[in-house]
Amino acid sequence: MTATRFGAYGGQYVPETLMPALEELEVALAAAQADPAFTAELDHLLAEYVGRPTPLTSAPRFGERIGARVWLKREDLNHTGAHKINNTVGQALLAVRMGKRRIIAETGAGQHGVATATICARFGLACVVYMGEEDMRRQALNVYRMHLLGAKVVPVTSGTRTLKDATTEAIRDWVTNVRDSHYIIGSVVGPAPYPRMVREFQSVIGREARAQVLAQAGALPRTVVACVGGGSNAAGIFAGFVDDQGVELVGVEAAGRGLESGHHSASLTSGRPGVLHGSLSYLLQDEHGQVHPAHSISAGLDYPGVGPEHAWWKDSGRGTYVAVTDDEAIAGLGLLSRLEGIIPALETAHAIAWMDASRGRWTPDENVVVCVSGRGDKDVAQLSESGILPA
Amino acid sequence: MASTSATTSSDALRERFAALARQGRKALVPYITAGHPSPVLSITLLRALEEAGADVVEVGVPFSDPMADGPVIQASSQSALAQGMTFARTLDLVHEARLGVPVVLFSYLNPVIAAGPGALERAAAAGCHGILVTDLPVGVDPEREHWLGSGPLAFVRLVAPTTPDERMREIGSHGSGFVYLISRLGVTGARDDVPDELPSTLGRLRRATSLPICVGFGISNADQARRIGALADGIVVGSAIVRAAGEGIPVAARLASELRRALDAG
Repeated sequence: MTATRFGAYGGQYVPETLMPALEELEVALAAAQADPAFTAELDHLLAEYVGRPTPLTSAPRFGERIGARVWLKREDLNHTGAHKINNTVGQALLAVRMGKRRIIAETGAGQHGVATATICARFGLACVVYMGEEDMRRQALNVYRMHLLGAKVVPVTSGTRTLKDATTEAIRDWVTNVRDSHYIIGSVVGPAPYPRMVREFQSVIGREARAQVLAQAGALPRTVVACVGGGSNAAGIFAGFVDDQGVELVGVEAAGRGLESGHHSASLTSGRPGVLHGSLSYLLQDEHGQVHPAHSISAGLDYPGVGPEHAWWKDSGRGTYVAVTDDEAIAGLGLLSRLEGIIPALETAHAIAWMDASRGRWTPDENVVVCVSGRGDKDVAQLSESGILPA
Repeated sequence: MASTSATTSSDALRERFAALARQGRKALVPYITAGHPSPVLSITLLRALEEAGADVVEVGVPFSDPMADGPVIQASSQSALAQGMTFARTLDLVHEARLGVPVVLFSYLNPVIAAGPGALERAAAAGCHGILVTDLPVGVDPEREHWLGSGPLAFVRLVAPTTPDERMREIGSHGSGFVYLISRLGVTGARDDVPDELPSTLGRLRRATSLPICVGFGISNADQARRIGALADGIVVGSAIVRAAGEGIPVAARLASELRRALDAG
């Protein structure tokens, strides 16, 4: 395994123009990580601005329903309402160190775009966010938030008009403006060093969760569960437990309208290895190597690729990857809302739905930690307009 | 399909550039997206470009997510895919066109991987002489680079304005046929200027490699052809040809002839 890969996965499959920028980023990242002042500033911002540590909340009623002790890692309580800001704060600090004052980002559900626009406002950086036209419609409120925060939101009308195409368009911007711009990728995808860097910035979730579950439950969990689109909240929480061989790591992908329908986003569950957006990983593609459009009711999971470290965890058996449908996720959202008074993001609801469907997998004294990657407020308009009120 | 021998495919490019050098001429390298405007018209277009004086043609394998390409080639790729174009059908077009000039396949990596282990031999048998992979820079995947570099096709590598000298030398030593110099930062697309830094980038690249150098990205008119042709060994013209082809094959052929005259007059 080289520094750019996870097993065979990862790499730097990018236009030549970007190679020096990736090297510059690697060097800057290594220097930053070795610099106590960087870590101190990051920790300070995470505490004072983001609101960390986030709590680990017990979920007694949902736990009783599934027959386990359930703990919710509350990334929904971060500033901006999702885990995405852990990464954007880290990368924005890096960009400033590199002297890059213009930030590019892609966004699907809008959470990463909002988190990027937020930190750019805080640091006085110019911010351009690419967002699929279809996602702008689904997540109009987040578009408004980005505008409020002073970011420019560029609608992407090519391809499927979702996260995949927004990412492609963001890369095109970066190739054009590479000398003065930093691209803040929102997930553990893209060319090296992005997957490792984003996982590092998100690993605060797992570090906190591990210490909290030991303190509050007195034991390590049997299972850690997270939803997986690109896979950054999952990589972040898994990172805290990956060395604990007895802890099973379960990533829940979006099965959309069902794996058989062809309309889903379950790259690990039903894709095969291929190259997209700079890295080799599991990918939804046809026999000719053309990328297959993904589908999920949740814009944040609507991506045909997945982080290369997840591909490695899947192949090595360290991680288990499953998928649940749109309908199951909606039911999961309703379940956590009614039983615990916590409205999770539709993305998170996939993890909840899998746990509910796995009732009987645990004994009542076993602990299960699930990452509540974001809050569901961004999704309620979409659900209510569709006349959906989960039973 | 008649198979050309394993070595002649990549030799064709070297011989072509050697002949041009002897004649003191510069290479005109038009790019087309296979399957655009339609599969049948692609063949007509290839022949028309040869007729208009192309020395080498680049044939693009359309890809669903062309991250290095601007709007014109994106649209042509989507249109070609919608008409069922694939790696295999691209080879069919090349075979059917039976050109007398060398053909370089231009692809993103994923369709090449999907085409499988025999892809390069099939390409050579169809009449291709080189391959260029947009998203496989030197050193990122030694195994696949070895596969592409040791087969029957010349392996054309890219250099960017951001590429440092040391890396230019590495690229020069890992490529064959010619080096494709990206003239400017950004994606493909017609422009009407010549980037200020191009002469210095070209100078750096000359010192790093003895391979012929063709410059592409943003070349669309005779004036640019003349000015860049004076510095490089050839010019690659992509988006301008693709856009013209969308208006009609004769429009693309006229543009190629104009560029040919500009290069020869330069």
